[in-house]
Amino acid sequence: MDNKMVVSSSPHIRTIESVQSVMTDVLIALFPAALMAVLLFGYKALLTMVISVFTAMVIEAFWLRKRNLFNDGSAAVTGLLFAMVLPASAPWWLVVVGAASSIIIGKQVFGGIGNNIFNPALVGRAIVVMSWGGHLVGRIWPQPQPFAFTTDVSAVTMATALAGQSEALTFSITDLFVGSIPGCLGETSALALLLGGVWLYYKGHIDWRIPGGFIGTVFVLGVVFGGGFYGNIFLTGLFNVLAGGVMIGAIYMATDMVSTPVTPTGKLIFGIGCGLITMLIRIWGTLPEGVTFAILIMNAVTPIIDNFTIPQQFGGVKKSA
Amino acid sequence: MSGTIFKGGVHPDDHKELTEAMSVNPMKAPSTVFVPLQQHIGAPCEPLEGIAVGVQVKVGQKIADSGSFVSAPIHATVSGTIKEIGPFNHPLGRPVQTITIESDGKDEWDDQIKPAGELEKLSAEDLRKLIRAAGIVGLGGATFPAHVKLSPPPDKKIDVVIINGAECEPYLTADHRVMLEMPEKIVYGLKAMIKALDAEVGIIGIEDNKQDAIAVMQSAIAGEDQLKVVPLHTKYPQGAEKMLIQVTTGRKVPSGGLPLEVGVVNHNVGTAVAINNAIKEGKPLIERVLTVTGSGINRPANLLVRIGTLVSEVIEECGGLKDNTRKLIIGGPMMGLAQPHANLPVIKGTSGILVLTDEDVCLSESVTCIRCAKCVESCPVSLLPTLIAQAAEHNLFDKAEKLHALDCFECGCCSYVCPSKIPLTQLIRIAKAEIMKAKKK
Repeated sequence: MDNKMVVSSSPHIRTIESVQSVMTDVLIALFPAALMAVLLFGYKALLTMVISVFTAMVIEAFWLRKRNLFNDGSAAVTGLLFAMVLPASAPWWLVVVGAASSIIIGKQVFGGIGNNIFNPALVGRAIVVMSWGGHLVGRIWPQPQPFAFTTDVSAVTMATALAGQSEALTFSITDLFVGSIPGCLGETSALALLLGGVWLYYKGHIDWRIPGGFIGTVFVLGVVFGGGFYGNIFLTGLFNVLAGGVMIGAIYMATDMVSTPVTPTGKLIFGIGCGLITMLIRIWGTLPEGVTFAILIMNAVTPIIDNFTIPQQFGGVKKSA
Repeated sequence: MSGTIFKGGVHPDDHKELTEAMSVNPMKAPSTVFVPLQQHIGAPCEPLEGIAVGVQVKVGQKIADSGSFVSAPIHATVSGTIKEIGPFNHPLGRPVQTITIESDGKDEWDDQIKPAGELEKLSAEDLRKLIRAAGIVGLGGATFPAHVKLSPPPDKKIDVVIINGAECEPYLTADHRVMLEMPEKIVYGLKAMIKALDAEVGIIGIEDNKQDAIAVMQSAIAGEDQLKVVPLHTKYPQGAEKMLIQVTTGRKVPSGGLPLEVGVVNHNVGTAVAINNAIKEGKPLIERVLTVTGSGINRPANLLVRIGTLVSEVIEECGGLKDNTRKLIIGGPMMGLAQPHANLPVIKGTSGILVLTDEDVCLSESVTCIRCAKCVESCPVSLLPTLIAQAAEHNLFDKAEKLHALDCFECGCCSYVCPSKIPLTQLIRIAKAEIMKAKKK
């Protein structure tokens, strides 16, 4: 026995999973939605995603003084998610500024991966919405042109389905599900997002409680307060789930590990809270869509949620407080 | 019937294929044994009067004991001459008072050793006495003296005895082989425990990755109405007593409590065999079955080894080590103890010797927690490992206690699943030690 034996505390075997493999799985999960974005919005979509991912990775590598651009993969995830919540018409400089803000203000100023309070991609989105609303709010949304890769989709724009009842009624529930509607790159196709979500669930990277609580709450409130168009209150509920950013928000943003609760009950509360605030903004707020701010607000209360939802340990009894 | 499923847990690769098909081979008694005087939880033993350097002893002769109830006597495991009594290396890390016996090669048994008689004729008290006298401790690894578990306080009625054949630790196959090769001894030992406790039911819990053992045990209990074999879902830590009790009986051991509080006593299959041997042959615990395995061992095997045999000799028996070995573990990979060298003895609780090579040893540094909560999902006792570890890192032990750190039984699932490779279990151990220290003040 000439070798130096390693002596360490048990356990002595570890899963092969790493932060990098988790992030890679998230990128794989986003692939169907990215593909749909390119199919619907053409080269502009591809360009936006490439610029955003590249900017995010470069800024993070520069900030951390690392030569490895991909590193743990988290910057690529943030960059891709940020691109996913932009319209294909977003100018390149807006993509660059937003992606850089996501990484710097959303993540690195807090101490980098694991320490950020807010979802970095949504911080970036909030900043660009507040600063250059003209590019992101109103009748600015390119009309999808399936399979027309080289067409500049920004030529024809319209409002999203959430702008009002008459806009909503121009699309069928099937359009909403497949994604051939105006909207952000990654948010339109519920089908593609669900595919990725199933993959993430299968890999154990997301818990059902956050998407379940989020989507369930939006559906229920949509049924009750949605206004009952489509001739059926349940279809209105479904409309609220499929239109706008609820699907991408519930499956990819609200499930961001770092900025959400770790307790099982906390996750459910987080999801329900996101759904509640989203619908408050949609129904009674001035903005047509509320997913971004719903998630950011819930991110802020995550530590409090964790504190109040410490699970009962095995064989434990509730203390009479 | 089949066991239910407990919450949490992990599914590591079990690597049991290395040894599960190999029958237990008795290893020749070594020329020298190193018998530590502390091989159990409880008071250490003292050498008996007349046991000193130069004295001749025989196999099975009692050489050390303690006046304390929670303790188990120690017996000579070879016949020969006592060479030394003094501190020697021990799997727990600190040197322990140890009796070194040089074998005379004759392997002569102590002539006082004789069968204790028929189980029917022995009273519960007789059983407890002879089990203590045989030095039997929990052979699953925890080494709690067996007679103590069989002596519940009078106000606690024990109705169920569970034999733990889960063997949920990856790599280890000793219990598996014991079940295949000595099923009738396990059943006999179990019946003795039931008698000692005046219990009603005996359950043998076996993970369903050992279908052959389930079948063998099922036929071994045929016709015994009070006994049953319960196949268990294969998931680590299925063999942890709280999990095992929950899935086989539906009872939940209270936080901080013992199984006897829900009317259950748990014993390992090896312990049942030791009790069988003590009654039928009068044999004290001088040898045990262990698995020698891992990618660093040339010829993995299941061996019957005398207590006090050097680990290095056991490894030699198995063809020695491969060149790129990096870790030597006494026990399994999830809860075993890593050792700096092999110059230490096999003790009563040594269920396995595991040697891992570079490929199997994770040496990557930990990175920041990404709050993925995989540790939370994996925790079988519903703790928040990452938050306890964080509190421990910041010396916030009050906070760690509020997060129920003391309920952790150190199964290692949280560290295993952590993608950031944070040594969560180790940090929680630190928190537990500090909390206990503060309580003692």
